[in-house]
Amino acid sequence: MSLDIVRTGAELELAARVVELVRSVAGPSAEAEVMVQHDAEALTRFANSMIHQNVADAVTTVRLRLHLDGRTASGSTTVVGADGLRGLVERTVAAVRLSPPDATWTGLTPPTPLHHSAGYHGSGPQSGLDFGFDEATARATPAERASRVRDFVRAAEGLETAGYCRTTYCSAAFANSAGQAVEGRTAEAAMDGIARVNGSDGVARRASGRITDLDGAALGARAAAKARAGQSPIELAPGRYEVVLEPEAVADVLDNLALFGFNGKAYAQKQSFAELGADQFDPSVTLVDEPLGSRAEPAPGLPFDDEGTPRESLVLVRDGVTRAVTHDRTSAAEAGATSTGHASPASRSWGPYPTHMRLEASPAATEPTLPPAGPSSPTAESARPLVARMERGLLITDFWYTRVLDPKTLVITGLTRNGVWLVEDGEVTAAVGNMRFTQSYAQALGPGQVLGIGSESVLLPDRWTGTRYAAPALHLASWNLTGNASG
Amino acid sequence: MSHFDEAYSAVQAALDAGARYADCRIMVRRTESMTARDGDVEELGSGESAGLGVRALVGSSWGFYAVPDLSDSAARAAGRRAAQIAQASATVPGPPIDLVPTGAGEASWASACEVDPLSVSLSTKGDLLVGATAAAKAAGADLAEGIYQIWDTRKWFVSSDGHRIDQHTRECGAGLTASAYGDGEIQRRSWPSHRGQYGTSGWELVDSLDLIANAPRMAEEARALLTAPLCPSGETTLVLGGEQLALQIHESVGHAIELDRILGWEAAFAGTSWLDLEKLGSLRYGSELMNITIDPGLPGALGSFGYDDEGTPATRRDAVRDGIWVGVLAGRDSAAVAGLDYAGSVRSDGWARLPMVRMTNVGLEPGPHTLDEIIANTEDGVFMDINRSWSIDDRRLNFQFGCEIGYEIKNGKLGRMLRNPTYTGIGPKFWQSMDMLSSESVAWGTPNCGKGQPGQVGHTGHPAAPARFTNVRVGVRG
Repeated sequence: MSLDIVRTGAELELAARVVELVRSVAGPSAEAEVMVQHDAEALTRFANSMIHQNVADAVTTVRLRLHLDGRTASGSTTVVGADGLRGLVERTVAAVRLSPPDATWTGLTPPTPLHHSAGYHGSGPQSGLDFGFDEATARATPAERASRVRDFVRAAEGLETAGYCRTTYCSAAFANSAGQAVEGRTAEAAMDGIARVNGSDGVARRASGRITDLDGAALGARAAAKARAGQSPIELAPGRYEVVLEPEAVADVLDNLALFGFNGKAYAQKQSFAELGADQFDPSVTLVDEPLGSRAEPAPGLPFDDEGTPRESLVLVRDGVTRAVTHDRTSAAEAGATSTGHASPASRSWGPYPTHMRLEASPAATEPTLPPAGPSSPTAESARPLVARMERGLLITDFWYTRVLDPKTLVITGLTRNGVWLVEDGEVTAAVGNMRFTQSYAQALGPGQVLGIGSESVLLPDRWTGTRYAAPALHLASWNLTGNASG
Repeated sequence: MSHFDEAYSAVQAALDAGARYADCRIMVRRTESMTARDGDVEELGSGESAGLGVRALVGSSWGFYAVPDLSDSAARAAGRRAAQIAQASATVPGPPIDLVPTGAGEASWASACEVDPLSVSLSTKGDLLVGATAAAKAAGADLAEGIYQIWDTRKWFVSSDGHRIDQHTRECGAGLTASAYGDGEIQRRSWPSHRGQYGTSGWELVDSLDLIANAPRMAEEARALLTAPLCPSGETTLVLGGEQLALQIHESVGHAIELDRILGWEAAFAGTSWLDLEKLGSLRYGSELMNITIDPGLPGALGSFGYDDEGTPATRRDAVRDGIWVGVLAGRDSAAVAGLDYAGSVRSDGWARLPMVRMTNVGLEPGPHTLDEIIANTEDGVFMDINRSWSIDDRRLNFQFGCEIGYEIKNGKLGRMLRNPTYTGIGPKFWQSMDMLSSESVAWGTPNCGKGQPGQVGHTGHPAAPARFTNVRVGVRG
């Protein structure tokens, strides 16, 4: 199928038109910021080892935020013809005139160049970086996604399989009435699947800026190996266990740290555990948000946020010391900081949070060299050195349905999923049934609690919000398992 | 203005491209929301979204394509694209697919609405949220937040089976949260529930919530919680308020009876279900007090509609009768796979998303008691209400919930306030322990039900009344 979805320049032209329209309707004193985003998402989904849902859509959304006479209102539309844009502007102008005064308005982003990035127009091949925008991913066809699903299913060798292969393309532009005008584009491919046998599930999950990085057969074989190794689980008594978390579970830890800990609004409102300059994490922990991508996170996002602020790498934690939280212009003003480029459509209400967080892997030289694992090993390669050092504990693949009990201490409850094993004297000795935990994520990574970090990060897609995490395996001193399959 | 013609064009194009069945939903939605914090409006937003989504069945494989363009040419192109995607699905084919009949042809439906929520002035709405959050702040809240949300959706549905249905649904709701900060912890109280109350209703629903009058009490209770004793740990008799029971129904019954989960279609993400179709009609889910109905025709409830997104008319069904599991939430294809003769629970959250099995209004029929009677008949236990956290495993068995507020129950009376109340259990064991049920039912709305890939946010309703459960583990802590 020939696709015409990869565009250039159309969004910036549209954004400029809306800014001009605001001037003509509301006058020169109106402060307007306009984000135009064209998203094309295609997702091929399989279950019971067949493709059962196969979807694609392409949507252009125009978001306008307007500040006029001390009042602010926002509007959005997917109707981008002349009438639709005029309707958006007139509706938003009418809303702003009826709105209560806004004492929190922080003004517009002044004209500011983007940071060097692999994501913006023309920079991919010229950037010298191998994680630049990949047009082949943006143009991926249903047949390319289906072939990866076929490879996954075949590699599971008869086990029941389920999951998806997804490609996304985004071309976006921002313009405001202060003269800021920037554009960029991104593409991402992801695959996430399970294999199942006798009530045991195994998972394999990857994201990349290039669809060619997704090897359906390798992922299917890994999921199947984990499923087979998880059969006949024993039930363990609840209690505190030493654990090795595989990258999929670590991504959940990063997700909750991002949403509730490094969220600038939560920080400004004293709902976050984060204290800048404090030794809150083990000295081995360094956390970085890298929206422009890196060699460990080769799938950059847009190089600017919804307020037109250029994005760049942000060190959140360095050697265990909390260094920063993420801000949009509103939370930055409240906290006495500057925007870090994390504005989103929801950031004023939900708060700005990191979207491309990476836990620094440990240098490979610090890990013992182990002989290659056999194909039936349930352990992720990067987790094996950590498992080898564990006297007695649990190897946990994935977490599920994690929810915050207390945002300040970041106590989370959730369940294990897709494979748990008992480890004794450095060896996996038994599969374990899924367990419920109730654990402070901040404490779990606290000083003295991190016994080891894997040497290889894996780029993982988030299962809901579209954010991404680069995660190595993690060896922790204690994890509070509060229930098992019996209750 | 009708969009039936464009929908016909999309369906015909899919058929011409090889589909043996096709349908098209055209949706035009307007939204409006406002948040306020500590007596100031924080954010005001409005949105307009319009587009069409086409579903095509080629052989035994589905394809779906959506565009925001309502022109005839775009509709035809979308129909062709949906059929092409379905053909690619045949790379990894499944068994033959049938669709159970829906019985609907041409129809029109609109939700009841006394006061159009979009017609209420922004200043009136702003005054409400500003007033409520200011009142909570003045009463001692460290942080007071208010929200309202409005959705106005017009839908045109056409299928190659002869459907031609238009619907107009208006939904809205509002809520307030007061937080108090203590030494290293935060306590929160929400009115009337943790995200507010929502319904398929006009602004009269929001007026009925009386946010401003209830705001001071929320602030006072949040502050009192900071010094209240912790909920004790152990097994006890648990009395749940209706709002918390609504979420318990949503998570441990509603999702468990979704047929796509039971068939394994959601295995990799949302999960499966502990329910086995072979036991439909015989499995004991709960005590004899447990009667769960699926009722998309319930006036005013958030999960209500005239026809689902496959054109099946709203029909009331039993899911659990006298404690026995007897029904599921189904779609036309999943019902056929399961050998059932009914569908009616398929919806999408917008024109850009594939319709899938979703909850409608899944509720617990009221019982013979009152909350006061339940408390009076409880010698020793804990009362909890208003959800604060929720978590359940991928088979919908092992759950743990946290509530905003608890009270000890001693000798038939409510005693001290308890902070950080939590409870945990296994679904059928929990439901089988329900021994008292109130008649004071409210159809609580849940506007944030996540499911599907790409993700969709569904609106569901859950009639529920306070109830009592025995031998429940409470006070689970980190």
